[in-house]
Amino acid sequence: MKFIAEINVMPLKEILDPQGKAVAGSMKNLGLSNIKNVRIGKHITLELEAENEAAARESVEQACKQLLANLIMESYEFDLKAI
Amino acid sequence: MKFGVVVFPGSNCDEDIIYTLQHIMGQDVVRLWHKDKDLQGADFIVLPGGFSFGDYLRSGAIAKFSPIMQEIISFANKGGNVLGICNGFQILTEAGLLPGALLQNKNQKFICANTYIKAETNDSLVTSQIDLNKALKIPIAHGEGNYFADADTLKKLDDNDQVLFRYCDYNGNITAESNLNGSINNIAGVSNKNRNVFGLMPHPERASNSLLANDDGLILFESILSTVY
Repeated sequence: MKFIAEINVMPLKEILDPQGKAVAGSMKNLGLSNIKNVRIGKHITLELEAENEAAARESVEQACKQLLANLIMESYEFDLKAI
Repeated sequence: MKFGVVVFPGSNCDEDIIYTLQHIMGQDVVRLWHKDKDLQGADFIVLPGGFSFGDYLRSGAIAKFSPIMQEIISFANKGGNVLGICNGFQILTEAGLLPGALLQNKNQKFICANTYIKAETNDSLVTSQIDLNKALKIPIAHGEGNYFADADTLKKLDDNDQVLFRYCDYNGNITAESNLNGSINNIAGVSNKNRNVFGLMPHPERASNSLLANDDGLILFESILSTVY
């Protein structure tokens, strides 16, 4: 079976996200002073083949934990769909 | 003493550290390509600065899977000495050989500047001969050098005397202003608990030649040579 995983990797909440902070600051220049908090992460899409959904999930988990996210500074979540 | 300097695609301080070790310190140096699986009998491994694999994904994240890194991880786990400078430090944290992580600098900018650092302990190969009251002028050049570790890890670093260097001012005072990249507790370098793996963001190899008007970094290499064997 073929699957597609849509992965979001975000900086941990307790870590200052200077990029998000700078973008939040420039929202004021846009006149959008109601936007208070911006955090910026990564969106990663990957396609994979696996016997079933559980096996696909396991592969994506491993990819996230060992490479795509550094759990000291980031968290991850993903959606998995059969295609 | 035989040093092994690892060259990754994108390393750019390999020649600087080789020059320092070979021509200034008079040591044997062997270049280790990242695809090698043999440390060629090196006693001390150095991971140089640069932008291994273009810093894709995260600095050091891809390099940790290079074949040579599997050898280095097992070498380090058996007590072998490994030093990572700048990108080398990032690779060692990504590989789990050193605690913590290097975040983007707090000002979001690549910083290329002279900094002052102070050694925190003499109980390590790279700091054994350093006067703990002296501020060493050592340059930094990085975009992701903002050291981070959670509260538990920081406590362990302090309890085990694992912080090697902190950013300070010219007079050796540890101040917020001297902490250009925003590192937690001004941390510029750490060791692992077993004291055989070392990492620092500043570049001592760029400050080891009097012709360059700054040889404050030499003392790190003198420390290594005075302590090993």
